[in-house]
Amino acid sequence: MDEIEFSSTGSGWGSRSEVLAVGWGNSCETVRSLLPRGLLNSCPAGVSSCPASSCPFPSARSPRLTLLESVLLPGPRPTTGGMEFLELIRTGRAQVKLLRGPEAPPLRGTLCVTGHHLLLSPGPQGTSDLWLLLLRSVDSIEKRVSGDSGTITLRCKDLRVLQLDIEGVEATLDIARSIEALSSLESVITSFPFFYRPRGLRLGDAWHFHPPERYYKRVARETNAWRLSEVNEDFSLCPSYPRAVIVPRAVDDDALARCARFRQGGRFPVLSYHHAPSGTVLLRSSQPLTGPQKRRCAEDEELLRAVLAGARPGAPGFILDTRSAQAAKQAGVTVGGTEAKAAYPGWKRLHRPLEKGRPLQESFVRLVEACGDLEKSMDGWLSQLEACCWLAHVKEALSTACLAAWGMEREEACILVHGAEGMDNTLLVTSLAQIILDPLSRTMTGFQELVEREWIQAGHPFQLRCAHSAFSHAQPKHEAPTFLLFLDCVWQLGRQFPLSLEFGEGLLLALFEHAYASPFGTFLCSSEKERCLCEVRTRTHSLWSGLNQPKVRRKLRNPLYIPNPLAIWPSVEPQSLQLWQGLFLRWIRPPEPSQVAWEKVWQRLASKEKTEDCESTSKPQS
Amino acid sequence: MEHIRTTKVEQVKLLDRFSTNNKSLTGTLYLTATHLLFIDSHQKETWILHHHIALVEKLALTTSGCPLVIQCKNFRIVHFIVPRERDCHDIYNSLLQLSKQAKYEDLYAFSYNPKQNDSKRLQGWELIDLAEEYKRMGVPNSNWQLSDANREYKICETYPRELYVPRIASKPIIVGSSKFRSKGRFPVLSYYHHNKEAAICRCSQPLSGFSARCLEDEHLLQAISKANPVNRYMYVMDTRPKLNAMANRAAGKGYENEDNYSNIRFQFVGIENIHVMRSSLQKLLEVNGTKGLSVSDFYSGLESSGWLRHIKAVMDAAIFLAKAIMVENASVLVHCSDGWDRTSQVCSLGSLLLDPYYRTIKGFMVLIEKDWISFGHKFSERCGHLDGDPKEVSPVFTQFLECVWHLTEQFPQAFEFNEEFLLQIHEHIHSCQFGNFLGNCQKEREELKLKEKTYSLWPFLLDDQKKYFNPLYSSKSPKFSVLEPNTVSFNFKFWRNMYHQFDRTLHPRQSVFNIIMDMDEQNKQLEKDIKDLESKIKQCKKKQTDGILTKELLHSVHPESPTLKTSLCFKEQTLLPVNHALRTIEGSNPADNRYREYAEEFSKSEPGVVSLEYDVARMTC
Repeated sequence: MDEIEFSSTGSGWGSRSEVLAVGWGNSCETVRSLLPRGLLNSCPAGVSSCPASSCPFPSARSPRLTLLESVLLPGPRPTTGGMEFLELIRTGRAQVKLLRGPEAPPLRGTLCVTGHHLLLSPGPQGTSDLWLLLLRSVDSIEKRVSGDSGTITLRCKDLRVLQLDIEGVEATLDIARSIEALSSLESVITSFPFFYRPRGLRLGDAWHFHPPERYYKRVARETNAWRLSEVNEDFSLCPSYPRAVIVPRAVDDDALARCARFRQGGRFPVLSYHHAPSGTVLLRSSQPLTGPQKRRCAEDEELLRAVLAGARPGAPGFILDTRSAQAAKQAGVTVGGTEAKAAYPGWKRLHRPLEKGRPLQESFVRLVEACGDLEKSMDGWLSQLEACCWLAHVKEALSTACLAAWGMEREEACILVHGAEGMDNTLLVTSLAQIILDPLSRTMTGFQELVEREWIQAGHPFQLRCAHSAFSHAQPKHEAPTFLLFLDCVWQLGRQFPLSLEFGEGLLLALFEHAYASPFGTFLCSSEKERCLCEVRTRTHSLWSGLNQPKVRRKLRNPLYIPNPLAIWPSVEPQSLQLWQGLFLRWIRPPEPSQVAWEKVWQRLASKEKTEDCESTSKPQS
Repeated sequence: MEHIRTTKVEQVKLLDRFSTNNKSLTGTLYLTATHLLFIDSHQKETWILHHHIALVEKLALTTSGCPLVIQCKNFRIVHFIVPRERDCHDIYNSLLQLSKQAKYEDLYAFSYNPKQNDSKRLQGWELIDLAEEYKRMGVPNSNWQLSDANREYKICETYPRELYVPRIASKPIIVGSSKFRSKGRFPVLSYYHHNKEAAICRCSQPLSGFSARCLEDEHLLQAISKANPVNRYMYVMDTRPKLNAMANRAAGKGYENEDNYSNIRFQFVGIENIHVMRSSLQKLLEVNGTKGLSVSDFYSGLESSGWLRHIKAVMDAAIFLAKAIMVENASVLVHCSDGWDRTSQVCSLGSLLLDPYYRTIKGFMVLIEKDWISFGHKFSERCGHLDGDPKEVSPVFTQFLECVWHLTEQFPQAFEFNEEFLLQIHEHIHSCQFGNFLGNCQKEREELKLKEKTYSLWPFLLDDQKKYFNPLYSSKSPKFSVLEPNTVSFNFKFWRNMYHQFDRTLHPRQSVFNIIMDMDEQNKQLEKDIKDLESKIKQCKKKQTDGILTKELLHSVHPESPTLKTSLCFKEQTLLPVNHALRTIEGSNPADNRYREYAEEFSKSEPGVVSLEYDVARMTC
């Protein structure tokens, strides 16, 4: 097969920012790798036999034709089988004009719907870019027809808005229906990550990169009070926990099993972070199932007693409940509840209500709506910014994390965080507290480990929470942008401590994109158990190995990073918090001037490194 | 000194402005002839210039003492608690006297002595030369000339002596027109665009009433449009809201009637008057000063203050002006009522968009001298330098600085100066430490003999210019020759570093600018080191060939050798940014932050609901 060169501009992934490099699918190997297996099944009917005259590609020797051949030629079926994409594709192709927002020039060419992608191949006069969009990243689709042409507006999960002007009413309707059907497929194992085979990465490379075992090694170096338990080996105790969890050494596996029965979803208290400087720990769990009978569980009480015993003598314990006192009490009327004071000596409860679920999703939707209206007056904009409450949520999340961090660092207390299920705001608080306290979690590797350990392995249900982004018309069921809120809070920390995070905004944007739609398997499914069932680890690539390719990694770095051993205490005053323009206005505001300024910062660093190198090489000579 | 009764009070508490639990520092308060000084127990000094004080309030006596709240024009707010009411009363009275002077001669500038000799001081005053600036723009030329009509301030007291007008406008026309303009401020040149041959002119409103006309004024406008060889029509921008302009007609003032003037295009741009701006800022500051401010109160307060809406209006007007010149090649005449507030804002900001020179440190000084100082923006009244009419005070110049700040945010590479420069200028329009901003017009300044008795601010800023450099500035980029800012609402942000410049806890704890500046510094040092080393190598090689080798060579690596000394100092330098970073992060003591107060929950008892429940639990157990 001929070598195909695609320039990276105009590709479907993050084509306008530094995330470009993270944008998978803009290099030739990506395109080739995504085609052979994934699309064979899904080749549009009749396209392979289209007559040469109507074929959009000028010559048989054209590289593009070679590419298409690889899409269309019959080959062995993927072993997953199951879904026949073919049935969902009404039409294969159409002549379209693609409008990509106010900044990018429109593209004209032939649009092709495949099993996982929209492909746009520019006409003969066009440049050589092939434009790709992962169908999974389409959040909502709107079609309009007038005369003999139609318009499809695609709103993507990364908040981009695309407009396709299509010739032919039938073609418009068919393409719209195909996109609708294909973008809403729910089956995990037929999703694109199972077909994505980028060159330069090997399957299974990074999947052992960040397991809890790795973190345990660090804890074991710092203290002897904790052990790694494999009690959840078969996910029978807690379906949303990983196989191995870190628990107090004094508590045996049988006791853990009984604890698990006392906690919602089996999420018994486990170690989240050991703060070596003060010898205290951060734990997380779900609510205890006290219920109206005020049930108690001796093993659960013993576990928390053991936690305090393992810390500095006399260390107090605080249970940070992410619900209001009222809501916690309400939960006690049915099955849930809170730890009774008498049953847990040494532990005291605090309530810091954080918004989750539907109100949080609505806040996200309203903010994105506000950002989309460029004509809005000053007053309209400010009042919508206020009404959507997003920054209020950022403030609450950050200040609660600061509270937890303060407790560990200054009060030298052990902290247990939980809400109801303990897989949303609980993780938000524990992960942010670690970034505030732990210098290692502010490094590139450390942050990736944190996301893997505290979000993915800790069972944040990504599949449900990130099923739709802010544009979906569907009533939100389980969607909630808790992970986005986490990224926003980290971004705020980065703004206030621009030298203390090793990674830049690019990494946060990439994580946001990939959490919602990704060619990698990392954010698939809602728990380790599901990932095991789907064989995600063996059959998809890990985002981490993608991000850690030297070329990509360099782009994601913060050029100004200086390791900072201290805790970073952010200001949470409204005057100090800012709207994350890089995300919410990413496709709307013209990015050039600030972009160019950043490039200048890079240049300066590069020239500094150069002079330093010069210095070190010229020294020995003297 | 006769106002000072108590010069020193001990055991004074300085309260944290935002703390809801009255966290404080204890120290000693000193009152000097020019400053109020507070030295806390960590020997940290807080200096407050008397002229910066906008408001002193003595609040009701509390158990811990007598509260004294001082609001400053540079947005510092301090809240002292003086243990004895008597002392508080003395200080309060002294400050009332000291902060409001009745005479110019009592202002700080007349006693400020930076120990410079007279010739240096005069040199300082000559640093900015407006004649030179008009020459730089390209006037006088075949269409524009210097008029001597106002040489003796006979036509207009609030204009400078030197004015540029169209060559074809004769003196009778000028005199006639000035009689038809409010305060005699007839149309004159503010900025000449050399390439487009188009001009920005400024004036005050015409005394047109409902029907009055003035042929000379009509002629003068025609002369301005004729002075532009490319485009025959000109814009007349009335920067007021239409309603205000119409209301002025009843008072015999008003705006130009398009039918009477040939070739003009009339446009209202709707910037509110000084009273609206003053109360808008007041509202903004009230919102900001709220203790325990919530996000939603902040944004609804920001909205209802209207402050950013006003900033956007000024910016939009300047963009309209710049576009008229760049796109349509048309000259523009700008006025408001008296032509010294909104007109100064729009003309100066428009010039700044058009001409990269005004975005340099020196050029920005020139711009302020030209459009603000020389054309008679009433600095003393607007800034309340003297005890005068509080209704004349208005943050018009502050708004201009804020517009410039917004531009620096949108175009980080287009400005030679940084935010600190703007803040420093803002500090000194109120400080009365230098003569530049005293008085309300050039005539008044000459009468005050400011050049003989006071110092000019600009040379002091230039001496310090290292502090004000923007490291990202790229002077040569053609991209930034004319700025085309985007005024979509979300580009306007609250300027925290201005309105909270003294509330350090609200600021980022590490500064990107500082680190880049340090890095630049280091880089220069390193490059110098390389050069030194290279010349050393050359010397060594030469000596080697000369045959005298080992001793010299050995000497060159001896610890005392200059080479190693420089590299030693290089090492200290590399540490510098790290130290710097640490220093700033230490500022991020959690105790400085307001969530500290949440943290007090740790020591509180559990909420009521809980203890109740706990009782129930015990009963069932």
